[in-house]
Amino acid sequence: MSPKSVDYANLLRTQYIPHIWCPGCGHGIILKAVLRAVERLGLDKNKIAFVSGIGCSSRAVGYVDFNTLHTTHGRALAFATGVKVARPDLHVIVVSGDGDALAIGGNHFIHACRRNIDMTLIVFNNYIYGMTGGQYSPTTPEGSFASTAPFGSVEPPFDVCNLAIAAGATYVARGTAYSTAQLDKYVEKGIQNPGFSVIEALSQCPTYYGRKNKLRTPVDNLKWQKDVVVSAAKAKDMTPDQLAGKIQVGELHHGTRPEFIRTYQTIIQRAKDAALAE
Amino acid sequence: MKIKEVRFVSGNEACAIGAIAAGCTFFGGYPISPSSEIAEFLAELLPANDGRFIQMEDEIAAMGSIIGASLAGAKVMTATSGPGFSLKQENLGFACMAEVPCVIVNVMRGGPSTGAPTSPAQADILQSRWGTHGDHPIIVTCPTTVQEIFLEVIRAFNLAERFRNPVLYLLDEINAHMREKIEIPEASELELIRRPAPPQAENWGFPYRRNAEGVPLMPDFGTGHRCHVTGLDHGETGFPTGNAEIRQALHHALMAKIDKNAASIYKNDLFMVEDAETLIIAFGSTARSARRAVELLRKQGRKVGLFRPITLYPIPEADILKAAEGKRKIVVPEMNLGQYVLEIRRILGHDIPIAQVNRTDGEPITPDQIMAAV
Repeated sequence: MSPKSVDYANLLRTQYIPHIWCPGCGHGIILKAVLRAVERLGLDKNKIAFVSGIGCSSRAVGYVDFNTLHTTHGRALAFATGVKVARPDLHVIVVSGDGDALAIGGNHFIHACRRNIDMTLIVFNNYIYGMTGGQYSPTTPEGSFASTAPFGSVEPPFDVCNLAIAAGATYVARGTAYSTAQLDKYVEKGIQNPGFSVIEALSQCPTYYGRKNKLRTPVDNLKWQKDVVVSAAKAKDMTPDQLAGKIQVGELHHGTRPEFIRTYQTIIQRAKDAALAE
Repeated sequence: MKIKEVRFVSGNEACAIGAIAAGCTFFGGYPISPSSEIAEFLAELLPANDGRFIQMEDEIAAMGSIIGASLAGAKVMTATSGPGFSLKQENLGFACMAEVPCVIVNVMRGGPSTGAPTSPAQADILQSRWGTHGDHPIIVTCPTTVQEIFLEVIRAFNLAERFRNPVLYLLDEINAHMREKIEIPEASELELIRRPAPPQAENWGFPYRRNAEGVPLMPDFGTGHRCHVTGLDHGETGFPTGNAEIRQALHHALMAKIDKNAASIYKNDLFMVEDAETLIIAFGSTARSARRAVELLRKQGRKVGLFRPITLYPIPEADILKAAEGKRKIVVPEMNLGQYVLEIRRILGHDIPIAQVNRTDGEPITPDQIMAAV
């Protein structure tokens, strides 16, 4: 489906636009991929809970016409878990940045994966803390510059997707703001997956990350995304040397494990049966 | 009152049974002594009562989960103790700011830090009032007996729902683990309150427009309204604003919601106060020793009375002033180094002598100690 046939105005709170993101930011591109997935899946706006934490990406929730919850820094998944457990019929979609999801929210990230609770997390990964002025994050590549890494970051980054797979998420994919068609598909499949889904979307921050790392313009950043990625399918036939410095994109994991809400439903039944038997 | 059942239970169990009676359908918790039994009982009770229990990965997540569940329409509770209560403070502030009904039980233990996990204390009084950052409204209640733990947790839920505000429910290691007889009333005898409903069935665009009590008419998620909830300063629409006038109005409205309705939140228990020359002001488990002290002193012909605030905040200033009127001495025993007494001094001034009885060695304050201070 071409983007033109999507009624974005119906899905957005247009009165709050223009948004607060900088010119050239990738977050709007990723948000549109989410809106297209929602439209294609025919989800009822009243049945979507869109939850975020704190940071640039987390401001996305203010612009969409769903039940929206802008929580505290790092805690979006904890709040979202409460929403989902209390109202299992809602589609719970969580948006989070790399700092929000992987640093301050790292514990909630791995435990949401472990529970395999039926929610979809989209990590807007721009390798930097944008809202606070460009400090290095848990995904900033080693050696990259940031306002708190004036000599280059000395820390190795997390691989968001490997972490999600290891912790137990059942649908894990990585896409980019550059390749929206693929990203659309991953978000759609993530929402459809009856378990915890993680979609890492590479975004760009020309204002902070780009400016300090020789990617000054938005176009430079998008070209970098285009050049650095390799599809997971192609990567299978590549040597470690050939893969050095590359980022794999695609559907990286799609498995099945018991899902929290459905399993708990059986507990409710057992408890009620036991109460009746007494 | 028609009684359904008489049971012999611990305070923590009474708290769990009371939560179910209050209509609690969601508990998000994390184990911590001496509160863990509340989570254990609710893990068993909730699923059979159309509720859901989840043990979260940490105290912060437990607090976040109850806020999410409350916004989705559930009556919610969590339970913790000192260190966990400290961890919950940021999200507690979110619940105050976004006006999310919830009950947080803090079974107080010795502190600071890890302190004395299995010993009683009453050292979280001021943290309960001012623990999270920023000016914020809060309701704090503190029961004394196991029967009262059961009844007061129902009132805590009702206050949380009626005012869309967190209610902090302070037990301590003594009354949480003490076993006493409780009478459980028939469900029909209990008045249960639910949060104010929005004025229209769908598409209500003003979740923070207020009723006559100053409480916002917020819809629950998933009911056809699609509202926005944020911890940022916001107007009636729920969306963030930089408008100074709207921001100021929000902060005043948050405080006014509790302050203007304080008279219906106060609850005190007065024992032999009228003719007393000396007034003891005590709450929670310490009030048990205080009551015993009054009884023993009265037998000796001493005119002593007990003022027991069950609602600690909003603080019943006028009631304290009235109870203290004409008294020669005030005695404030508490299992800390002097917290609520700061409020008492502020209210009563320096014209009346105020004696403190304090203890933080993990042992309860005895009637003898209080009698000596009188």
